[in-house]
Amino acid sequence: MTVVEADTEVPTAAPSRGGRRRAVPQSALNVVSILAGIGGWWALSASGLDIPSPPVVLSRGIDLIKDGTLGGDILASVRRVLAGFLLGVLAAVPVGFLMGWYPPVRALIEPWIQFFRTIPPLALIPLAIVLMGIEETPKIFVIFLASFLSCVIATLQGVVSVDRTLINAARVLGARDHTIFARVVIPASSPFILVGMRIGLGSSWATLVAAELIAAQQGLGYRMQSAQLYYDLPTIFVGLISIGVLGLIMDRLLLLAERRLTSWQETR
Amino acid sequence: MISLRNVRKTFPVPSAEFVALGGVDLEIGDNEFVTVVGPSGCGKTTLMNILAGLETPTSGQVLVDGAPVTGPGPDRGVIFQQYALFPWLTVRKNVEFGLREKGVPRAERTRIAEHFIELVGLERFADALPKTLSGGMKQRVAIARAYAVNPSILLMDEPFGAVDAMTRVRLQEQLLATWEQEKRTVLFITHDVDEAVFLANRVVVMAARPGRIDRIVDVRLPYPRTEQVRLSPEFAALRNRVWSAVHHQELVP
Ligand SMILES: Nc1ncnc2c1ncn2[C@@H]1O[C@H](COP(=O)(O)OP(=O)(O)OP(=O)(O)O)[C@@H](O)[C@H]1O
Ligand SMILES: [Mg+2]
Repeated sequence: MTVVEADTEVPTAAPSRGGRRRAVPQSALNVVSILAGIGGWWALSASGLDIPSPPVVLSRGIDLIKDGTLGGDILASVRRVLAGFLLGVLAAVPVGFLMGWYPPVRALIEPWIQFFRTIPPLALIPLAIVLMGIEETPKIFVIFLASFLSCVIATLQGVVSVDRTLINAARVLGARDHTIFARVVIPASSPFILVGMRIGLGSSWATLVAAELIAAQQGLGYRMQSAQLYYDLPTIFVGLISIGVLGLIMDRLLLLAERRLTSWQETR
Repeated sequence: MISLRNVRKTFPVPSAEFVALGGVDLEIGDNEFVTVVGPSGCGKTTLMNILAGLETPTSGQVLVDGAPVTGPGPDRGVIFQQYALFPWLTVRKNVEFGLREKGVPRAERTRIAEHFIELVGLERFADALPKTLSGGMKQRVAIARAYAVNPSILLMDEPFGAVDAMTRVRLQEQLLATWEQEKRTVLFITHDVDEAVFLANRVVVMAARPGRIDRIVDVRLPYPRTEQVRLSPEFAALRNRVWSAVHHQELVP
């Protein structure tokens, strides 16, 4: 049946091989760097600078875990971030798609997005508190806004930069508008959306801490603020490290999802 | 049967308008293999896009089997120069894409896709992603994908432009072998005079400014086109005719 001779063409080698070989020493370097950083911190506190040493911070961390404070704060903060972030993404993806697909929609919405982008979400906190009270709503709202604004721009960019040839290829294969949308535009722009989600998560985190500094009864930002009143540096350090570590974990999780969902891309 | 009657295409440019095609007349019969050569910018891609229904002519008539072309349709398969495979789909899913759009049931889709993947010799790569394929293999996937929806016409825009000379010869032979098994009307655009003569029943030589048909050269060489045909004096004579038609046209106003 086959009319061609056996295939002698060799597929191009996967380009990531070299990177993987370097990966082991790189992660070792990462560990060395972290240890050196902690060592430097220790040395600074030992040299008389007014900061708590790592063991002091560690034992305060253990105390805070034991009495449940840290767990409660983390839970409160993560809940806010996730709620605001997810709502932001959920709103941004369809809006970004509509803007990218229908130029009039873009023309109607884009000025507002550009305008709100120039206002740091934190600057909206006073207004949000006045309008929405001091409960969860204003905090989640500003986080929502931060994540929405980063994600909507990325989605729009993704839709606009879909290769025309792929759309034409789908059209000549008989695809109509809605299937082109579902089977070409969405997958083609998914790398952009995932990058937008990562940026959005970063700004959600940044906004969260500030939102909690202003009005909260619980949460990592609130904990640091009240520790500041008592000059309680170890607790502030525990809060800072928790925020950093949690942000890093969430970012890595998204990165993992991104790698997995967009592994079909030619270059990375 | 394809008929182009006095097809003009102009593009608006800042100063005035640019005549990409200035009145093209062409008839292509069923199961003919027609190649189009011409200098860069003479409107080859524009001509193909018009036939594909991806662009509308400024004036003139484009008929396929007597009916005017109003948009893309599954009766006309297109193979783009840049492969245009969906990078997130495997070879198999790429080939099945058009079948899904047609509403072909799953089992039937699988069977048809398998047949055409085999026809272009890629059964070992059916579940590979495009990024793991070489340029020539990608182009064969594109050919299988176009064939799968069973178009009566195949439009190809410099499909082998981006592959090396040796692979190109193999792809040409494979394309002809596929075409002899599954006869279709083919319009094949190329820069390469040898390729144009080797594949075609007829070679359409185009000229630029404005884009138009300069002349049509009949190629009365037998199929299958073997290496012998390629090395024959008849082939050389035809190639020389087409070559000078393409390369000396600027000298003859
Ligand atoms: N959308 C457009 N707007 C303005 N000019 C265009 C447009 N598309 C094509 N042209 C012009 O029309 C002419 C013909 O273009 P076309 O792409 O059909 O040429 P071609 O023969 O396929 O060239 P090549 O061999 O380089 O692919 C070119 O000069 C090009 O600049
Ligand atoms: Mg072209």
